[in-house]
Amino acid sequence: MRIRKELFADERDDDLRLVGRPVRRQDIEGHVTGRSTFYDDHPVSGLLHLRCVRSTEHHARIRSIDTSAAERVPGVRRILRYADLPKKAHNILTIFNFGIDDEPALADGKVRYMGEPIVAILAENPRAAAEAVAKVRVDYDPLPAVFDVEEALAPGAPLVNEYIGRNWFRYWGDYDCQQIRFGDVEAALRSADLVVTGRYQMSPIEHAPLETNGCIVVPAEDGRFTVYTCTQGLFFSLDNTAAQLKIESNRLHFVGGTVGGGFGGKVDTVVEPLAVLAAMLTGRPVRYVFSRAEEMQVSSPRGAERIYIEDGVMRDGRIVARKITHYHDAGPYSRLSTYGTIKSAAHHPGPYYIPNVWVDSWCVFTNRTPSSAMRGFGVTGGDFALESHMDVVARAIGMDPMEFRIRNAYRDGDMKAHRKLTQGAALIECVQVAAELAGWPLSEEARRASSRVGGGGERARIPPTPPSRTRAPASTGGRFEPGRAGAGEPRRAITPPPAWTGAQPAPTAAPAGEPARREPPGEPPRPASGHGAIRFSSVFGSRRR
Amino acid sequence: MTRAVRLELNGVEVAAVAEGGENLLSLLRGRLGDTSPKAGCLQGTCGACTVLVDGEPVLACLMLAEAADGRRVTTVRGLADGPRLHPLQEAFMDGFAAQCGFCTPGMLMAAKALLDREPQPTREQVIEAIAGNVCRCTGYTPIVDAILEAARRMAGRRT
Repeated sequence: MRIRKELFADERDDDLRLVGRPVRRQDIEGHVTGRSTFYDDHPVSGLLHLRCVRSTEHHARIRSIDTSAAERVPGVRRILRYADLPKKAHNILTIFNFGIDDEPALADGKVRYMGEPIVAILAENPRAAAEAVAKVRVDYDPLPAVFDVEEALAPGAPLVNEYIGRNWFRYWGDYDCQQIRFGDVEAALRSADLVVTGRYQMSPIEHAPLETNGCIVVPAEDGRFTVYTCTQGLFFSLDNTAAQLKIESNRLHFVGGTVGGGFGGKVDTVVEPLAVLAAMLTGRPVRYVFSRAEEMQVSSPRGAERIYIEDGVMRDGRIVARKITHYHDAGPYSRLSTYGTIKSAAHHPGPYYIPNVWVDSWCVFTNRTPSSAMRGFGVTGGDFALESHMDVVARAIGMDPMEFRIRNAYRDGDMKAHRKLTQGAALIECVQVAAELAGWPLSEEARRASSRVGGGGERARIPPTPPSRTRAPASTGGRFEPGRAGAGEPRRAITPPPAWTGAQPAPTAAPAGEPARREPPGEPPRPASGHGAIRFSSVFGSRRR
Repeated sequence: MTRAVRLELNGVEVAAVAEGGENLLSLLRGRLGDTSPKAGCLQGTCGACTVLVDGEPVLACLMLAEAADGRRVTTVRGLADGPRLHPLQEAFMDGFAAQCGFCTPGMLMAAKALLDREPQPTREQVIEAIAGNVCRCTGYTPIVDAILEAARRMAGRRT
């Protein structure tokens, strides 16, 4: 390995002592001696084992649930139902005043995906719990299901989530950032030499951690509960468990941090609330651990993102317009997909100076497995589409793909579509080094290009941006009224902080089934605050400073 | 039906009552208190529960506890010699051959079985030996390197 310290040498204040050298992990001795303590490694006696009856339907009303045979299985102690839930619906971001409580921890009379928990069995041993689960009879009234984001937005699509009230999520409150409007994309597309369109589809991807999701809850003598958990966000999960159970957070003591593989698949806080509730109702320690089959089927994967790109490009290789529609398949519940949607909008149009940009990112509800966080969700899918499309466009105009990227890369001083000036750009140098290492010939002009030269000036301008008439999807039997929810208004100010760092203490409760609606602020573009979603777009392609 | 099981665990004679149908992994992690073998799938596909039974690598989730009666069981807790770590453990630590650590005990036991049988394995033999052990952090290359490094170090000590 070689560190190219000659690049931007005058800006460096580092010695990079650690990069490229093996460093011993602080936790590795525990790993190699078998002494690292994962959540399931805590010896607890007198455990009750929790196991959920899960939906065998993608979308159905529940006519009846018969647990009488299950109750007679020796060792069964309690069955948790929707009626036992202190809070009937929850979303893990509403503790930051973002989103809508849209998911019941146990089915509310309807199931919206295959594998949704309906009732939870508590038994003296895993075997009794499994036997009881098999003996619960659920009578379904199947409903039409929808598995495709665009079908979900089409007129007449079945309504997936009544808490949201329509098959997509749009939020024009403090964290709004699902659209970009920069310049006049339609005019630029009309005057471009060539328009190249593409459709890109991501698949859901399961994290498949070796350690499955789970937790062990132990009631303490002082009314508190010790929770040994797999969660990746210890305090995030603690706060969400407290909110969902309507108890003070100081009654919960979360112990964790040693996570047997997470990759984003252990932040949804799906096991802790039910297990703590079970411990509260039984006074017993409770263990709730996903089987491998549950981990693979019902734990939330990466969402299936679909991205449409329409580029206007000139023969000399300049991209003059980029129009993107990005759909996130959230499954039936928001989980963290609303946040992933914002991330994608913050990431587009990629690390390129394009004077006319139009982006719509949609969080769409379907009857697939709820999706959520996974390693750069929103961004990874966007990059897959953007960089695939860069190659397609380069080919279409007969230009070398490396040269094409250098031609369009951000340079210092360029105005980004998010209305933030580019600083510390380094994509050109990265491509030059990559080409050199790959033995890829570059023109003299491309070899001489620099991130420090050629930006700013005319490229620092915020172009006149016409009001946009975004068509709201004509979806569903929901309550959406275009005039009221603000569809069609131009959205220009885009500087939300990421949801998790929000300081708003109290969730704004939206009545069930009534989407939270805030009128978009009508003010002109706010100056970028230099953090939050903006950061995602300014981080990548940047050099260290 | 419960049954008393006696076995030698990491050099110590132990006895415990096994439930009917209980697997060795459950007995080890439960009544015998050795949580070093991990439960990743409970269906014999991930290898995280690999232990040695009479020196042979075994998936503890697929072996009935009573089948271990009278046999010698080694887990990763029995790998070190007192405070002195096994060369495999040292090589894993030096070579960054663990990330989340959940597959590590099983990896180490599969590697131990290989080196006991084949002190100077080829790279292909190492890959074959851990083919039943899944690492979802995708750290296979440093794991294979560490096993080969341990073999080299052990050969150095023997000469």
